[in-house]
Amino acid sequence: MAKVLMKGNEAMALAAIKGGCDAFFGYPITPQNELPEYLSKHMKEHGRVFVQAESEVAAINMVYGAGGSGARVLTSSSSPGIALKQEGISYLAGSEVPCVIINVMRGGPGLGGIQPAQSDYMQITRGGGNGDYHTLAFAPENLQETVDIIKESFSLADEYRNPVMIAADGLLGQMMEPVDMERTKNVEEAPDKPWAATGESGKRGYRNKIVSLFLDPNDLEDHNLKLQSKYNRMKREQQRYELIHTEDCEIVFVAYGSMARIARSAIDALRSQGVKVGMIRPISIWPFPKKAFDNLPKSVHTLLTLEMSLGQMIEDVQIVNQGRYTLDFFGRTGGVVPEPEEIVEKVLSMKEGAK
Amino acid sequence: MDAKTVYKPGKGLTNRNLSYCPGCTHGIIHKLVGEVLEEKNLIDNTIGVASVGCSVMSYEFFNCDMHQAAHGRAPAVATGVKRVKPDKTVFTYQGDGDLASIGLAEIVHAAHRGENITVIFVNNAIYGMTGGQMAPTTLIGQKTTTSPFGREKAQAGEPLRISELLATVPGATYLERVSVHDPKHVKKAKKAIEKAFDVQEKKQGFSLIEFISTCPVQWGIQPYEATRWAVDNMIPYFPLGVFKDATGGEKDE
Repeated sequence: MAKVLMKGNEAMALAAIKGGCDAFFGYPITPQNELPEYLSKHMKEHGRVFVQAESEVAAINMVYGAGGSGARVLTSSSSPGIALKQEGISYLAGSEVPCVIINVMRGGPGLGGIQPAQSDYMQITRGGGNGDYHTLAFAPENLQETVDIIKESFSLADEYRNPVMIAADGLLGQMMEPVDMERTKNVEEAPDKPWAATGESGKRGYRNKIVSLFLDPNDLEDHNLKLQSKYNRMKREQQRYELIHTEDCEIVFVAYGSMARIARSAIDALRSQGVKVGMIRPISIWPFPKKAFDNLPKSVHTLLTLEMSLGQMIEDVQIVNQGRYTLDFFGRTGGVVPEPEEIVEKVLSMKEGAK
Repeated sequence: MDAKTVYKPGKGLTNRNLSYCPGCTHGIIHKLVGEVLEEKNLIDNTIGVASVGCSVMSYEFFNCDMHQAAHGRAPAVATGVKRVKPDKTVFTYQGDGDLASIGLAEIVHAAHRGENITVIFVNNAIYGMTGGQMAPTTLIGQKTTTSPFGREKAQAGEPLRISELLATVPGATYLERVSVHDPKHVKKAKKAIEKAFDVQEKKQGFSLIEFISTCPVQWGIQPYEATRWAVDNMIPYFPLGVFKDATGGEKDE
């Protein structure tokens, strides 16, 4: 199918429909409002469910109910709203209920602002809720990749019986870009879910319970060990990244999402001046793509982490680096989107400092 | 002599031992809900939602598919379930700490949207499981572990009446407060539960049955005194009766 020009939030909404989303529950918050607005118009014509909840807290618990009863479910929000959903996300992970959560990030902390940011990295990758749990988290850099990942996420959520988080930001949500909605296959049918509380205990012959409560500590430890082995499987199977011009470079950027997009322009500008820079672009931010750092050329001496925050992913880079390379950081925050020239200047000043 | 079965447990509950204290009415209410589900042939097609509090383990007791919700969120969970399974019977089972305090927004808005679900609301005027703290439903003067001198209006306000409050919500269809302190009232309570599930089966919308319940352990009195205390102290403030019936004039019996 031909590409169509779409606004990011609307493209994400349509991708969810294409991915087989049965139900959406959400609450208004800027800068993601076009997403629920689009679904409020189009879910009905597909015979699917749209509910505007009374709060983010209620919305994520509706997700828990619908997902636990076997539906493919989506909620979307932006940073402070995602913070409110954390309790429910912990329950979803603990009860192994699949769902997809889109976070169109904005600046924080607190009410913060409504401009794009990447300052929820810790909240997303460390889990803002209680307990030993993880969500699969993907951070696309353009609308085509966002659409493809959202479509796939419903299947991944079902496969792992786990929440999947899409780490978008206000830039991706508000920009317009051509997208091919059919580039990847549409998944309309969900797999069988023999664990789901579908209200068919008679037909099934046994009763299903969607539960995260284990009062006996030995049972709870066993449950956690089972979850952990699943998270380890995700770490083996879902590390995703792109390497850009790393083959001959001396300085490697580490950047995801909108920041990676900006960094691409900086790479072009620097290379035209003969500065050999490249980039590791994490596509999965949990699991963090440690593999990407394993086979860098000998010419590399520095990893420059770039974020639209004051440094969150850099902690993962530090963990992965293990002292191999010099680490440096550049970030803007609060909704300020840096210009490629700022990254160019940062790199040139690093080279100057190294002399 | 031939043995004759005069009583046997119904199929609406599992054979797990209930986790409730002597003198608590959760057991009676569980049994009534289980009986109604069995008699209406709904067990195999029902999805229940347990809440947080003493009834947190109710997902082990009701013999149907169950969800265990976060504190106060059962009506939101039930909304999610019902919206994707509109032909299944969906109920929540919640206490007063869960429903009237932390979950007030969820219950009001589930009623407000007219969700076609049934809520079993058990009001014993105290937080039982966490150790007897003051609830929004705790009576004036009632001593709890967080109102050790008795609840004072000036400090903690007056107890919330949930059925009356929800009666002002346009979306609510059927609201009744009942008690299970004697056999006559137990029978009446069962009728109320039947009515509530009828409302749901007929897709008439939101129904809630509030039960005046007991907590002898946290009230600090004997089980046999507890029902009397509920009758003498709770029912005057939380009167029994139907607070809303928007089913279109269909009367019981």
